[in-house]
Amino acid sequence: MPGSPPIAVERLVKVYKTIPAVDGISFTLAPGSITGLLGGNGAGKTTTIAMIMGLTTPTSGRVTVLGADMPRERYRVLHRMNFESPYVEVPMRLTVRQNLTVFGKLYGVENLRGRIAELGRQLDLADLLDRPTGRLSAGQKTRVSLAKALINNPDVLLLDEPTASLDPDTADWVRAHLQRYCRERQATLLLASHNMAEVERLCERVIIMKRGRIEDDDTPAKLLARYGRRTLEEVFLDVARGVSSEAAQ
Amino acid sequence: MIARTESAYAISPQRIGAMMLRYWYLLRSSWPRLLDLVYWPTVQMVTWGFLQYYIATNAGFFARAGGTFIGAVLLWDILFRGQLGFSISFLEEMWSRNIGNLMMSPLRPIEFIAALMVMSVVRLSIGAVPVTFLAIAFFGFNLYGLGLALVAFFFNLMLTSWAIGIFVSGLILRNGMGAENFAWSIMFLFMPLTCVYYPVTTLPVWLQPVAWVLPPTYVFEGMRALLVQKVFRGDLMLDALALNAVLFAAGVFGFLKLLQSARRHGSLMQTGE
Repeated sequence: MPGSPPIAVERLVKVYKTIPAVDGISFTLAPGSITGLLGGNGAGKTTTIAMIMGLTTPTSGRVTVLGADMPRERYRVLHRMNFESPYVEVPMRLTVRQNLTVFGKLYGVENLRGRIAELGRQLDLADLLDRPTGRLSAGQKTRVSLAKALINNPDVLLLDEPTASLDPDTADWVRAHLQRYCRERQATLLLASHNMAEVERLCERVIIMKRGRIEDDDTPAKLLARYGRRTLEEVFLDVARGVSSEAAQ
Repeated sequence: MIARTESAYAISPQRIGAMMLRYWYLLRSSWPRLLDLVYWPTVQMVTWGFLQYYIATNAGFFARAGGTFIGAVLLWDILFRGQLGFSISFLEEMWSRNIGNLMMSPLRPIEFIAALMVMSVVRLSIGAVPVTFLAIAFFGFNLYGLGLALVAFFFNLMLTSWAIGIFVSGLILRNGMGAENFAWSIMFLFMPLTCVYYPVTTLPVWLQPVAWVLPPTYVFEGMRALLVQKVFRGDLMLDALALNAVLFAAGVFGFLKLLQSARRHGSLMQTGE
């Protein structure tokens, strides 16, 4: 729907049996923005992302992506979204090219051959396209997962720990690529991460979650100023240990 | 470069084709998977074929009922391998932790099911067709000699195998790999009840109505009527078709409900045990 925010979350709740995984969160992302979703283990980041993708049904509240109510209207927008998560993998026996071909066809990508060649160049996969994915190194596999996530030039990209298990050089390279992609395509990126340096570098907005709730939500600079800290890691520790911004100062 | 028009309820042959391509790439890349398709049907056919050969030379009835055992083995294999072909393709997604990627893609559940159905026929053809030729070579039993009746038998058995495969896939989606064993074993529950190797009258009287609720029972009875009495029982095939329509609808309904439940319970991201 034209004019709708890429992602809008309203009073979202997810309860597993009696345990609230997400507890009444609300936020809206602007087009072309990069937002970090921070939180410790069990904070509700992955459940939130799963509900945004339509993989998990909310207990109550509402998620819309590009104006479509998720998961009810997901097929209106799934071809404009994509994701990468450590909870899923692309089939390891298939070559990189075969995987990208299958996903490209699923997403209805036109001129698929050209798109695969383009991704091969952009993500430094050109020499690996005809190798089985399972025989690649961890860093190469992450680049393949990223290529799958970008195959349809998504307007909304959801990434859960995209640089986990990467060496610093490759991780830095991936971050630069994501930044460039979002800038050039005006794509909206929601990034769940434990890597504070990554969030600080990439994100213009940070949402910090704890026990299913949003504890804080601002730009990295304002969060640092409010907590009187020098790094987001220190802010994260304050939030995780229950230190308020007033007390931190 | 990217297709941007997408109707909410459109079914896309391209997406079904993409999934078939994915399974074809997988089969092509793995000779153990290909060998496995042929191995068990061959072993079974040879074992039962020799047993039939032995009995036929010692008992008058079986001498008249030439091919009953081998015919039953081959038709049972259509039922069993059809379901297994469906379920194994589905399990490949669970084993490779790819199900989240598929559920997040524009692929509709009904397209996924359609691709799995086609692949079960492909896998069955790779495994069973060579075995039918071996049956001719070893025992002189020509399954294709059943003619149009074979088409009716095959279609009914495949419908049952798909219905069961669809429901079991839903169970695995909802309950994770802890439910994997159903995929391997559920069809064996049908073996005694659908009277693969003996007439329904062999069962205790109280169990016979249960057998007649299951579509494959009509196929195996129909096969015996054809081979022993040389009569094609079209009425049995129509009854099987009607029951299969109900079973297939129930399988798809069950799958969709279990998928809905998996979304509610957050099982699609956590596809382990």
